[in-house]
Amino acid sequence: MTSSDPQKTAALTQTTELDSQFVDNLTRRRLQATLFHGIISLATAAVVTLLVLLLFKIWHDGQSYLNWDFLKNFPSRAASRAGIASALAGSMAIITMTAMISVALGIGAALYLEELAPKTRAGRFIEMNIANLCGVPSLVYGILGLAVFVRFFGFGRSILAAGFTLAIMILPIIIIASRESLRSVPNGIRMAALALGATRWQTTWHHLLPAAAPGILTGIILALSRALGEAAPLILVGGVTYIAFLPESAFDSFTTLPIQIFNWAGRPQEEFHGIAAAAIIVLMGLVLMTNALAILIRSRMERKHRW
Amino acid sequence: MVLSAKDVTLAYGEKRIVKNVSLDVGTATVTALIGPSGCGKSTLLRTFNRMNDFVPEFRLVSGQVTYRDLDVYSSKVDPVYIRRRVGMVFQKPNPFPSTIYKNITWGPSINGFVGDYDQLVESSLRRAALWDEVKDKLNSSGIALSGGQQQRLCIARAIAMDPDVILMDEPCSALDPASTARIEELIKELSERYSILIVTHNMQQAARISDHTAFMFQGEMVEYAATKQIFNTPKQKLTEDYIMGRFG
Repeated sequence: MTSSDPQKTAALTQTTELDSQFVDNLTRRRLQATLFHGIISLATAAVVTLLVLLLFKIWHDGQSYLNWDFLKNFPSRAASRAGIASALAGSMAIITMTAMISVALGIGAALYLEELAPKTRAGRFIEMNIANLCGVPSLVYGILGLAVFVRFFGFGRSILAAGFTLAIMILPIIIIASRESLRSVPNGIRMAALALGATRWQTTWHHLLPAAAPGILTGIILALSRALGEAAPLILVGGVTYIAFLPESAFDSFTTLPIQIFNWAGRPQEEFHGIAAAAIIVLMGLVLMTNALAILIRSRMERKHRW
Repeated sequence: MVLSAKDVTLAYGEKRIVKNVSLDVGTATVTALIGPSGCGKSTLLRTFNRMNDFVPEFRLVSGQVTYRDLDVYSSKVDPVYIRRRVGMVFQKPNPFPSTIYKNITWGPSINGFVGDYDQLVESSLRRAALWDEVKDKLNSSGIALSGGQQQRLCIARAIAMDPDVILMDEPCSALDPASTARIEELIKELSERYSILIVTHNMQQAARISDHTAFMFQGEMVEYAATKQIFNTPKQKLTEDYIMGRFG
């Protein structure tokens, strides 16, 4: 520390011997903080701007094609008569199937790994591999789905095969989110329940699952949103673009919104790009609606569970 | 004897935490376990209701732990049965994130209680000296209570199971002096009905509330006798040094 008048400073701040060994550099530290604040604000602004631009562009391109007929019509060679009826129905059917398969399996696996499995080397190995599975490209799941569900189990190029493929794809996401959520339940709750003579199952069912439910739900919705937007694996499993009927059984062939969008966007005619944008608006609306629902349910649950 | 440990050695993996310790807890008495941090008193406490089962790598190396002549670690005995009879109160108040009423009734309900729940809630809360403060808000959250009230709710929750013994693991260490005094008073009252084994860091607390005191040091039982004797005429030099505050 430098001071023009040591005696005066001493009187004012009661400097001790150690004081001279502190170089406080306040100006530089403040500058650093301001700089960092600026950088992260800029990063946020960049992301938000990009998103708004994208949304604006899509809305601008597709909005004029959005009407009831667009939702009710089947695909057609003429863009003016083409619609997304079969794609919308296909997406809904597949996502329902995916949810039915993956939710119970995912939560079950998470419960086992987090609450029951002994913490051994094998357990850690499994844990690491589940995390790795999150990073596997979706196309690879498509190849797996084609080999296992379409061919080996003989589901054919069907909604069933597609549902299973997407379920396998999002399973790691659900497992990881559920485990994180279970881990965040205070250990005191577990111990309290067990010390009252509860079995592991009673503890889990009555206390851990309800407490972890908001987090688990968020994970599920995020995973399902991802599944809803996937085209690549489904094209491999056999999604086609021209389906002129609504699905009636799990073994029907299918198309989905992303596949339909992918197809239309690749055509040379300007008009098809417009209806592709319109289909994107519908898909985004769908994702937004599920997310909003999830947030609503979560906030209601969280009000009940707080510590 | 309600609880009894005979020549018990406990370990986490290869590390022996409790070495060849014996301890008897009689009916309707308060027994205090004192000793410096890491001396193994909490580990010993948790063997009586097998809560150590949830600690990875814990094992009973040798010796026998009994609850009313029942071998606690026998493969024939279900730990769930033991935990219903041997209640526990933890260091940090840990009420369930639900109503005060449900905090009391959950334990009995999962253990098949068929009596009158309203009455059970009232009598448990009365015995835990909490009834007057919460009787008008039984359906509000147990977590909204103050720390001291939460701990008394946890005691009421343990009492509702009609236990034989209550284990307390430093129940006042997270509380302010006023709440501590209330809990101590409560422990005195409860000891007319239940046996209590309490781990405490606070020697004055042990002296105030307990009938018997066991002093542990580095995993070994140094001295176990009537509280008066431990505090007035300790037989071991180590006990005397600890009680005089020369270490620990």
